Amino acid sequence: MKAMREAYGEALVELGRSNPNVVVLDADVASSSRSILFKQAFPDRFFNIGIAEGNMVGIASGLATAGKIPFVNTFAFLLALRAADSVRSLVAYNHLNVKLAGAYGGFSDSYDGASHQSVEDVSIMRTLPNMTVIVVADEFQAKQAVFAAAALEGPVYLRLSRAEVAPIYTENSKFEIGKGIVLQEGTDVTIVANGYMVTKAIEAAEILAKEGIKAEIVDMHTVKPIDAALLLASGRKTGAVVSVEEHSIYGGLGSAVAEVLAGELPLPLEILGIKDVFGESGAYEAILSKHGLDKVAVAAAARKAISRKK
Amino acid sequence: MSMDAAKEQQLKTIAKQMRIDIVKMLHNVKTGHPGGSLSAVEILTVLYHNQMNVNCKDACNCSRDRFIASKGHCAPVLYTTLADKGYFPKAELKNLRQLGCMLQGHPDMKRIPGVDISTGSLGLGLSVGVGMSLAGRLDKQDFYTYVLLGDGELQEGQNWEAVMAAAKFKLDHIIAIVDNNGVQLDGTLEDIMPMGDIGQKFAAFGWKVLTADGHDVRSIDAAIDQAKTVCGSPVVIIAKTVKGKGVSFMEGKNTWHGKAIEDKDFAIAMAELGGNNE
Repeated sequence: MKAMREAYGEALVELGRSNPNVVVLDADVASSSRSILFKQAFPDRFFNIGIAEGNMVGIASGLATAGKIPFVNTFAFLLALRAADSVRSLVAYNHLNVKLAGAYGGFSDSYDGASHQSVEDVSIMRTLPNMTVIVVADEFQAKQAVFAAAALEGPVYLRLSRAEVAPIYTENSKFEIGKGIVLQEGTDVTIVANGYMVTKAIEAAEILAKEGIKAEIVDMHTVKPIDAALLLASGRKTGAVVSVEEHSIYGGLGSAVAEVLAGELPLPLEILGIKDVFGESGAYEAILSKHGLDKVAVAAAARKAISRKK
Repeated sequence: MSMDAAKEQQLKTIAKQMRIDIVKMLHNVKTGHPGGSLSAVEILTVLYHNQMNVNCKDACNCSRDRFIASKGHCAPVLYTTLADKGYFPKAELKNLRQLGCMLQGHPDMKRIPGVDISTGSLGLGLSVGVGMSLAGRLDKQDFYTYVLLGDGELQEGQNWEAVMAAAKFKLDHIIAIVDNNGVQLDGTLEDIMPMGDIGQKFAAFGWKVLTADGHDVRSIDAAIDQAKTVCGSPVVIIAKTVKGKGVSFMEGKNTWHGKAIEDKDFAIAMAELGGNNE
């Protein structure tokens, strides 16, 4: 098992080898984001901007206007909030080829507490026109997402995690931006998740299976553009949906799912996420459970969604 | 190389006509920012007509000099300049700020040929300039990146983050020009948020600081020539200017930062600038 950030840093190096236009910027957290691996491999194409996130994104924008493909690194909340105007007015508005990698998504920097956790980044990024938003689930997906983001012309937000979690994919798993992944087929309820919550969905499905409930599990790694076709097809089959995200219930995956269903297929939908509160210090799994983001809570939400079917 | 008298006269003529064009354009649509455009007329005239290596027929050439209007509300002076340089027909100026037009209220790189980065939200341009300059170094290009900053704009903290970064990376192909007109939207800098000695602030961060009379084409041109001789550090030119320069009732007035030009004011302005009333 490898930390996602380690896999991410290694992927940057590999990408840098094949594409000389890739440059990497960090705001004094290169050791944490693991962008330091790129620095060691390509010192001339790495820029440590210091503790100045807005400036970092602005510099990345300038580099992008000259044909570079900048990967910008810092903690997720800093990219979404401290650097927000540069992200909006430069990267998103101008459709610049800048890749924003938000380390430490959700509660994953658990012991540092609310100041360093990010419960609102996906919502903020999703609301920006032109922005593609990806929430990465494990080390293998991190690598694939890096390469896919580089291949896509335009702004991409990659939400990463500090947590060391068991992988659910392999090196050979398929990944395509905007295409959700059906991890398990089912007929009774659709559980849509992303990031580490995909693991919780898988665990919940095991609980439900023992009760005779067949859950379909979808990894909706790309929150924007969301794979509406897959979501609708799955919803038509199962008739009930649960969304699970390590993020505020406002504006993230659950909202994106609701927007799709409300327009075309108004099914019972249970939105699991962080209920409009900030995080706190503690052990990662303990915080997740406290906020209803564990297998028991997901299974309960699935039963509730099923019970609401007409 | 000092500017000869013929060149100086030519630039003065261009600047004079540009003021007329700016006021006409803004009067025509009854919206837009006159004050901060009129203060930057000579700066853009010298840049585009005597210093910058740009060509409208090859607007995306990777070795071209870059210009960033970080004070994006000076769009009118940029637009008249770009039209003059052939990037788009002058007729476009009539459609400024109108629905579906090329010339948005603030510069838009996706719509307007010759605009190197969209601006409008203050305090972002210098960061972009640092990025462009770093790209130039990576690509072994020797183009210059010019960043026009408002003095009020320098109240935005991100400018100083970019100032630090340009010095750290020893970028000697970025030249910032401060349009030092001393007036911002709500009043004078002195009243709203005093900036003290702007040059000393840049110098403290490791920049080479030059000064110029921002309404004297010869002075601006000489400062840019000197800036290009500096090695190993970024250069800022503090250009002393007058907001609303050339129109007596606008000069030094914060109320003309973004005010529509009505017919009676237009007639007076044209008389002063030597333009016709068309």
